[in-house]
Amino acid sequence: MTRIDAKFAALKAEGKKAFVAYVMAGDPDYDTSLEVVKGLPGAGVDVIELGLPFTDPMADGPTIQLAGQRALEAGQTLDKTLAMAKAFRENDDTTPIVMMGYYNPIYSRGVPKFLEQAKEAGIDGLIVVDLPPEEDPELCIPAQAAGLNFIRLATPTTDDKRLPKVLQNTSGFVYYVSITGITGAASAEATNVGPEVARIKASTDLPVIVGFGIKTPENARDIASVADGAVVGSAIVKLIEEGKPVDEILAYVKSLADGAHSA
Amino acid sequence: MNDLFNSFMTGPDENGRFGDFGGRFVSETLMPLILSLEEEYEKAKTDDSFWAEMDDLWEHYVGRPSPLYYAPGLTEHLGGAKIYLKRDELNHTGAHKINNVLGQILLARRMGKTRIIAETGAGQHGVATATVCAKFGLKCVVYMGAHDVERQAPNVFRMRLLGAEVIPVTSGRGTLKDAMNDALRDWVTNVRDTFYCIGTVAGPHPYPAMVRDFQAIIGKEAKQQMLAAEGRLPDTLIAAIGGGSNAMGLFFPFLDDKDVRIIGVEAGGKGVNEKMEHCASLTGGRPGVLHGNRTYLLQDDDGQILEGHSISAGLDYPGIGPEHSWLHDIGRAEYVSITDREALDAFQLLCQTEGIIPALEPSHALAHVAKIAPTLPKDHLICMNLCGRGDKDIFTVARALGFDMGDFE
Repeated sequence: MTRIDAKFAALKAEGKKAFVAYVMAGDPDYDTSLEVVKGLPGAGVDVIELGLPFTDPMADGPTIQLAGQRALEAGQTLDKTLAMAKAFRENDDTTPIVMMGYYNPIYSRGVPKFLEQAKEAGIDGLIVVDLPPEEDPELCIPAQAAGLNFIRLATPTTDDKRLPKVLQNTSGFVYYVSITGITGAASAEATNVGPEVARIKASTDLPVIVGFGIKTPENARDIASVADGAVVGSAIVKLIEEGKPVDEILAYVKSLADGAHSA
Repeated sequence: MNDLFNSFMTGPDENGRFGDFGGRFVSETLMPLILSLEEEYEKAKTDDSFWAEMDDLWEHYVGRPSPLYYAPGLTEHLGGAKIYLKRDELNHTGAHKINNVLGQILLARRMGKTRIIAETGAGQHGVATATVCAKFGLKCVVYMGAHDVERQAPNVFRMRLLGAEVIPVTSGRGTLKDAMNDALRDWVTNVRDTFYCIGTVAGPHPYPAMVRDFQAIIGKEAKQQMLAAEGRLPDTLIAAIGGGSNAMGLFFPFLDDKDVRIIGVEAGGKGVNEKMEHCASLTGGRPGVLHGNRTYLLQDDDGQILEGHSISAGLDYPGIGPEHSWLHDIGRAEYVSITDREALDAFQLLCQTEGIIPALEPSHALAHVAKIAPTLPKDHLICMNLCGRGDKDIFTVARALGFDMGDFE
């Protein structure tokens, strides 16, 4: 059982929805970013998504694109992102960390070496946007064999015919992308998302978490009420972009978490 | 000698791989669409009515077949091999790009898509896409790096005249790769009504194979024309490579003609040995995953993609089509690089010896012809793809040569 499985089992026992927060590792710099990440569990975050910066984030909107650029300009690398997870683990051995990004930095490192290093750094799962089920032998299957969860995205274009293929090698949870679009774009509507989540849940026992386009505590509550939890990324990253102090960022994260937890 | 067991023409496999290259590295949102495009293309490929429509448009709208021209002035000047130019610069819109655009737009129509998006570097693919969309009454949106919008102003104006919306891309560094990122972002957002018309033999499967098949008309014609002119196949094929579509189009029908030497010419920018100020993915890069496929890429040690440099906006891309990566690794084709300076010299050479103003992209191929032709015997036949005309480049060339265009610019 990974930390992700354990966390969702505990939430289920409490009857609570999950709140997942995304931040870009190394944005705006390593130290500030680590301080934010360390503060997330105290702000009510159940699962941390740690963004791995990449020069060409094809599925991300301007907010996360710029966050990646800031991180890279500040010298963030794969090694530093792994070091950040490790530093976080010194004081927290239960909050799951999911590394989220694109395949090339991982491929460039070499999959076996990357998996060994990720595992050692205390990373629990991976979301790799540009690896659909058709490319499972690349990373998904080796990652599961190494004891890491591989969390897949399901989208509004994933129809019933395709859904089993998407769910097949998914573990940890399913990330439902609430809109056809990029991160930080249009708002998600609970009325549209609810039936889609129900459709996915009919085919899997895994928790279904919804992300993309969730910006406010009310959004988070509404979406979490029709799913097993909600993810917020761009709205948090935006505060980092604006140079807000860490305690102010974490206070907003807490309001989002409270929103999701009140569902 | 088409030995089935040793053919170089059977790729890609069912997963879209040429050896280890290619594939379908896209987000889940796009995956269903890519699968339905593949299905639609497989149907069209064996549908005579599809090819009849293509042939008709190629002949009457594009002006195919393009001539295979023996270049006596250039041949004499270089004093060696006999040089033939495949004149795809005479196509409607001035380059080979329209060969492929027509095919993709016919597919888009079959799929009921009403909105076409494209990325463009030099603007030739954008112009071709805007042209065909105007002809068929389709909405057209072209993503173009802000830097390229500046250096290719005539093409931007052409696209706007043709009714396309040109969106200058400022994300990243504002070049072709960033334009492709933004086109992918648009596609993922408007996936239900939008068709992404990719301009080169790159991207997720089936694009590399599909674009190659549409561009292969170049090589098929060249083969027949050379047989008619010389009674035999050429000894050497030469073409410039950015993403590699004009080259793949010329090379593909000759891959199993094992005596034909095949040379792809990458943009060496300021020189491949300097700090990555070039776009020579095969000469100076290593395999990675970007824009839906695994291929050779310019990247740093951490897998971050690097910006290339080339005087030619059409070659300014840090990757290359996956089939070229495969042909490179198995040794069926050779890949060399040519610097900005050498391309500029070749550009002027063709103007002076043949009265043809070439685009900067094929000027790279021409520069390699100029390098090797003098060393080859007079009965050695070179066929070079002159894939674009140079009208769009005159401002860039004037600037590089220190000629003041003043108010004309």
